[in-house]
This record gives sequence, structure tokens and C-alpha cells, in this order.
Amino acid sequence: MDLIKIVEKEFAAGKKIPSFKSGDTVTVSYQIKEGDKTRIQKFQGIVIQKGSQGSTATFTVRKVSDGIGVERIFPVSSPFIEEVIVNKRGSVRRARLFYLRDAVGKAARIKEKKFSK
Amino acid sequence: MSGLIGKKIGMTSVFDASGKNIPCTVIQAGPCVVTQVKTIENDGYAALQLSYDEKKEKHTSAAMKGHFAKANTTPKRKLVEFKHFEEAKNLGDVLTVEMFNEGEFVEVVGTSKGKGFQGVVKRHGFSGVGMGTHGQHNRMRAPGSMGASSWPSRVFKGMRMAGRTGGNRVKLQNLQVIKVMPEQNLLVVKGAVPGAKGSYVIIEK
Repeated sequence: MDLIKIVEKEFAAGKKIPSFKSGDTVTVSYQIKEGDKTRIQKFQGIVIQKGSQGSTATFTVRKVSDGIGVERIFPVSSPFIEEVIVNKRGSVRRARLFYLRDAVGKAARIKEKKFSK
Repeated sequence: MSGLIGKKIGMTSVFDASGKNIPCTVIQAGPCVVTQVKTIENDGYAALQLSYDEKKEKHTSAAMKGHFAKANTTPKRKLVEFKHFEEAKNLGDVLTVEMFNEGEFVEVVGTSKGKGFQGVVKRHGFSGVGMGTHGQHNRMRAPGSMGASSWPSRVFKGMRMAGRTGGNRVKLQNLQVIKVMPEQNLLVVKGAVPGAKGSYVIIEK
């Protein structure tokens, strides 16, 4: 077996986050430390990219806040991620949705995935 | 001092107890067999020769076969001599990664990746001479003047110039041991280690 995977398994916290893809809308609850107090901040947006594998995996969430695009990269195995909720499954045709950065208005929307019964 | 021979496996990153993301290198270290004990009476200096990594018998010369047979072990690829070894060891002793403890600091020696023929900017950190514009076009990565005029009328020896870069023996000090995994002979150290994946490294403490 891959020796790096063995090491990553040894350090894995065993916390599971739900599976999602690029184009999905997610809400990430992230622990923020302020001095000796911790609070939870929620970040909701569209997943525009999933990067890397194993314990170094990350995902990028983009939202538009007051007309300004905000992107945040979360490490999947970060202990500060309290939970991830998948709000919407999006129907997209590529894995990296960087075109959303330039898209305005109707073009910046993502169609919701339709599941046939 | 004590040490081991190992192989660089690759890099990854893990989260520690406080939630910090730590970059770390995975090294497969040992088991190493003592194949020769050099003494001051016999050899003029005291040292310990360790061997690591299995090798096929048909690829081993008869002389080396005899050398390994003396230590009662199979042929190995890599032999390294360690001076000033802390504990006294006998011929045929096996050293494992368990000699390292989590949290302590080690030194790792490796051969850096070869970069080929490189200019002075990459090789010695020069900053180049000129700009891309204002009437110049080929001065961005130039070494500049090498010597003065009438004196010394020559270039001093040892002037830093372009040339073969990398492929040197490099020692990194004070790398923290993050984890020791004796079942797989794995050692996880904080930070990077010189060399390519699969290259031999020497771990000292």
C-alpha cells in the first residue's frame, strides 16, 4: 500500500463530511478562535473547485457578498470545520467553475440538478 | 550521535492537536544492519558501518557477498559509515526507527535535486543587472562586472558564476519528529527534506 496513505490514515480524525461536487451549494460551519473564545461562522456559497487528494484535500467556496465576490478555501480534514451541509445540487459541465468570476447576472446562476424518479 | 539510513517517500500535511496544518515529509528509515565496526586499533578511527535496502544476490560482487556474510545478513544497497556513534554496537545488530522519539529534533542529510547548468540568479541569488525596458534587453539575469580595470586586470579565483547547480550533499538541521511508526519503519518529520522521492537520506540525532 502507498506509504503516504498509511501515514495520512494514522492522522485522520475520522470526521466525515458529506460528498459534494463542483456546482453544489454548501454551508460550511467553521470554528473561529478569538482570544480564548470560539464561535462558529457559517459560509454559504457555490463549490467552484475541489483540489488535491487524501489529507491535503481542499475545496473552494465562492459567494457574492454585497456585490463583491468572496472565495474561501477550506481544507477537508481541518479540525475547525464543524459541519458541511449540502443545500443544493448544481448541474454543471466542468469541474472548475472559474467562469463564475466573470459571469454577471443570469449567467452567474447554476441550474439545480433534476433527479428523475 | 546516532543515526539511520532511510529513503524519502514523499510529502504530505497533517493537522496537529491545536489545529495547525503542518507540512511534513515521510521517510522510510531502517531497519539497518551493522556490517562493520571500525576501531582505533584496527582502522585508526572508530566508526560504525550501517547497511540498508535489500539487493539481489546476483547483483552483488563476491567480495561484497563475503562482507555481508560476515555480519550474517543479506546483501544491501546502501552502506554508510557513522562516526561517534553513541551506543556500542556489535556486528550484525539491527537498528530500527524506534531509536527516534516523537517531538525530538533530528538532522537529515540528502543529495539535493540536480538543476543542470544554471545562471547566477538561480545559482547564487544575484538580482540581475538592468531592466526589461529603457533601452536594454538582455541584462535582466546578467552577472554584471566581474573585476575592476587596471587592478587586478583579471578575475579573482572563486568568483561566483553560472554552472552546474544542485546535486550536492545538503544537511538540514532541527527537523522535528512528528510521528514514529515502527510497524512500517516510517518516520514523519516536519518540513522538507533534500532530494527526490525514493532517494537515500541519512537521519542523525
